[in-house]
Amino acid sequence: MTALLSILVLVFILVAIWQMVKIFDLTQSDSVDGNNQVANDKDNKLNGYLMIGFLAFIYIITIWSFVELGDLPLMSNSASEHGPGVDSLMIISMIVIFIVQTITQFLLHYFAFKYRGEKGKKALFYADNNKLEAIWTIIPVIVLAVLIIQGLFTWTTIMNVNEDNDPLIIELYAQQFSWKARYGGEDNTLGKANVRLIDIDRANTLGVDEADPNAQDDIITAELHLPVGRPVLFKMRSQDVLHSAYMPHFRAQMNCVPGMITQFGFTPTVTTADMRDTPEMKDKVSNINDIRVQKSKELVAKGEEGLEPYTFDYLLLCNKICGKSHYNMQMKIIVETQEEYDAWIKTQKVFKNSLVNN
Amino acid sequence: MSAHADTHDAHDDHHHKETFITKYIFSIDHKMIAKQYLITGTIMGVIGVIMSLMMRMQIAWPEEPNVIFEALLGKWAPDGVMDADIYLALVTIHGTIMVFFVLTAGLSGTFSNLLIPLQIGARDMASGFLNMVSYWLFFISSVIMVSSFFVEAGPAAAGWTIYPPLSALPMAQGGSGMGMTLWLVAMAIFIASSLLGSLNYVVTVINLRTKGMSMTRLPLTIWAFFVTAIIGIVSFPVLLSAALLLIMDRSFGTSFFLSDIFIQGEVLHYQGGSPVLFEHLFWFLGHPEVYIVILPAMGLVSEIMATNSRKPIFGYRAMITSILAIAFLSTIVWGHHMFISGMNPFLGSVFTFTTLLIAIPSAVKAFNWITTIWKGNIQMNPAMLFSIGFVSTFITGGLTGIILGDSALDINVHDTYFVIAHFHLVMGISALYGMFAGIYHWYPKMFGRMLNKKLGYIHFWITAICAYGVFFPMHFIGMAGLPRRYYTNSNFPLFDDLADTNQIITIFALVGGVAQLIYLWNFFSSIFYGKKAVQNPWRATTLEWTTPVKHIHGNWPGEIPHVYRWSYDYSKPGHDVDFVMQNVPLKEGEEELQH
Repeated sequence: MTALLSILVLVFILVAIWQMVKIFDLTQSDSVDGNNQVANDKDNKLNGYLMIGFLAFIYIITIWSFVELGDLPLMSNSASEHGPGVDSLMIISMIVIFIVQTITQFLLHYFAFKYRGEKGKKALFYADNNKLEAIWTIIPVIVLAVLIIQGLFTWTTIMNVNEDNDPLIIELYAQQFSWKARYGGEDNTLGKANVRLIDIDRANTLGVDEADPNAQDDIITAELHLPVGRPVLFKMRSQDVLHSAYMPHFRAQMNCVPGMITQFGFTPTVTTADMRDTPEMKDKVSNINDIRVQKSKELVAKGEEGLEPYTFDYLLLCNKICGKSHYNMQMKIIVETQEEYDAWIKTQKVFKNSLVNN
Repeated sequence: MSAHADTHDAHDDHHHKETFITKYIFSIDHKMIAKQYLITGTIMGVIGVIMSLMMRMQIAWPEEPNVIFEALLGKWAPDGVMDADIYLALVTIHGTIMVFFVLTAGLSGTFSNLLIPLQIGARDMASGFLNMVSYWLFFISSVIMVSSFFVEAGPAAAGWTIYPPLSALPMAQGGSGMGMTLWLVAMAIFIASSLLGSLNYVVTVINLRTKGMSMTRLPLTIWAFFVTAIIGIVSFPVLLSAALLLIMDRSFGTSFFLSDIFIQGEVLHYQGGSPVLFEHLFWFLGHPEVYIVILPAMGLVSEIMATNSRKPIFGYRAMITSILAIAFLSTIVWGHHMFISGMNPFLGSVFTFTTLLIAIPSAVKAFNWITTIWKGNIQMNPAMLFSIGFVSTFITGGLTGIILGDSALDINVHDTYFVIAHFHLVMGISALYGMFAGIYHWYPKMFGRMLNKKLGYIHFWITAICAYGVFFPMHFIGMAGLPRRYYTNSNFPLFDDLADTNQIITIFALVGGVAQLIYLWNFFSSIFYGKKAVQNPWRATTLEWTTPVKHIHGNWPGEIPHVYRWSYDYSKPGHDVDFVMQNVPLKEGEEELQH
């Protein structure tokens, strides 16, 4: 309803603007040909000043965005070993962008203002300058070379998936619209699996090969627990359509593709408990809870249930359009100490015991 | 050439025996076809923008009843609450319509058709008949695309990228049934239309230039249309093949893109295919497509900036070189859409390298535009404002490309609102600005009347502020990790602190959307009530302004003018006026600039 009202108000404002233009038009002498629709000195001056105003607007919205929204980005609190590398590359790129943006927008809008047309003035006939053009070809080349080299190093480090450092092997299994995790168990080796082996009646929902000895001690869970400081190697599968395993706090993302196994590895460095205790996160959570309290009040007033207060958790989100409930396909990630992890994993059923015999 | 010209001259003598149908409907005149493209593109644009506004309202006020939804979406919005399925359908059809129907056909179709014959000095396109067929295929494909909204299970809803298996399996999503079939049929027809058009443009530019119109005297508009057409010819057939293979997978049981699928309790027979193959085929068109969209806008803007600055375009040869470089690079960067698709990470490195290279010709173009207005005598016509706006949003949006093109950084912002902000600024808003600039500039040529400049100013300034208001903050909510294509974010308390910003963005979007009504009013009322245009209202140098205001078949009543100079002799020393038209012979002792 509010939306409709605001649209109606907008329509009225526009009608009013149009009416004003009409009145303004009537007061002007009306020539037969269309040359009065070509910009004159008055238009050039007005729009020239508006250009400067617009430049100010661009700067203001930039500053506002950084001040108001700059703390939203997850720039400073990555929770994986490669995260700071990504973040520093991001910050370097942002600085480059910021500088280039500020200068070029200034030149563009300032020139538009400074060289606004006046009757009788003549523009400078200036068609070419090889030196200038060489300069602004070479400068981007150098800047980009730096960015490319650092980018490629970072990328290669992240994607250099190997099993030398004894990573914890976990399968991420995607389906419309939920996630499962499968741990290799005692032997840290995943049993073979294929969707053709799925047997719903026996509760073998991931299609794990029951005959494979490696599969017997596999553990399938609906929550992802990771021991802090231990490299993790994810093997990703999907049973139906494309999904994408997006773990923003760990600067990690990889598509899950039916018919193939994709991989992504990282080392979590901050436990959930520690992350909850960082000042930034405390700020963020209390801010979110203020918003939720406010919203709850409105809901309760309408006779609906209020919202639960929020506590921070790492999340795995689906980030590839996958159907109707794409927007609600998530799994909680808990990073904990090795002891906590060991205690948790002991309480989980192993694959061979999870099967239903009928 | 001369024979061609003669028959037309003779034709003109005994007037046209044109009926309403041959003049306005099945016309083979390029000027009329251009107008048909423009009007159809405008209608599709209105539909596409309304869809985006509905999405924005849903994001800002999720799951709240809204009369607009109830009125426009009918059964898809029971009690005015938008359905999750239709949200994804809106995402899909908005993207498809804006990219293909508005910014490819509406932009390139309109201005290539209007300007190629007029600016190179030709009576018409090489094949007027193919041109007509091209338009009508486009029209049919538009009708099919829109009609998919009336299908029982809803229109295609797998995103405009229609990645299988989601798009291949009707049981994965309602929209992947009949709706997706219609999408594929519409796109196949669209591609046929686009190819016919592109071939026509290429042949016309190569063969039908008037005497003296060498390639290095061509206005940059023509260079842009020419190269765009070539990119289209190279890349659109690949999308067609991908669509055909997808149709085979959907209807004939093949497994090009599908393998090992278990859905709704059963294992499907598909084996051995790969969705990643589809992604490669799709983006082999999909990435050049953004240059198909932006290059014509660049051409239009270059021309308008020179005319209104009363200065030659700076670095004419560098501008052509950078168009060619962009065109070449555009065909070898598609993999940057697929860094995390599961393809070999080494390929990611290669595509990062080629992608960031594109920044170089783009930077050259931006700097050359800025230098073009430097020390100019800038006439602030609405077309010029939109051109300056184009450069501004192209820079803002383009710069974030160095983040997305960098595979290491793409991991974390891939498929978030950061991407939406980036490409909407750099190829959505920019291309629209280019299109608006072109319309304001060539409206007198198309309709013989002027657009109201004051409405033009109001239109520009509201649009400019709203465009930044919508897309600038959007980068930040993307960096905060908010994924795109979510029907609502309310299941993630993590994102609750983004709700305010989302509402601000939506308000800017609504104001900006409604502001387009000013333009629509201006456009349609000026066709009938606009001030009558003079022959060369902007005092430009190119050949289209030597034709009579009233359209005639064959463009010039007498002989086709000959060309003696490039198209950028503005404020040339030694002349009394600040522009010398291309058909004016060099004065004695005057040198044609060694550009």
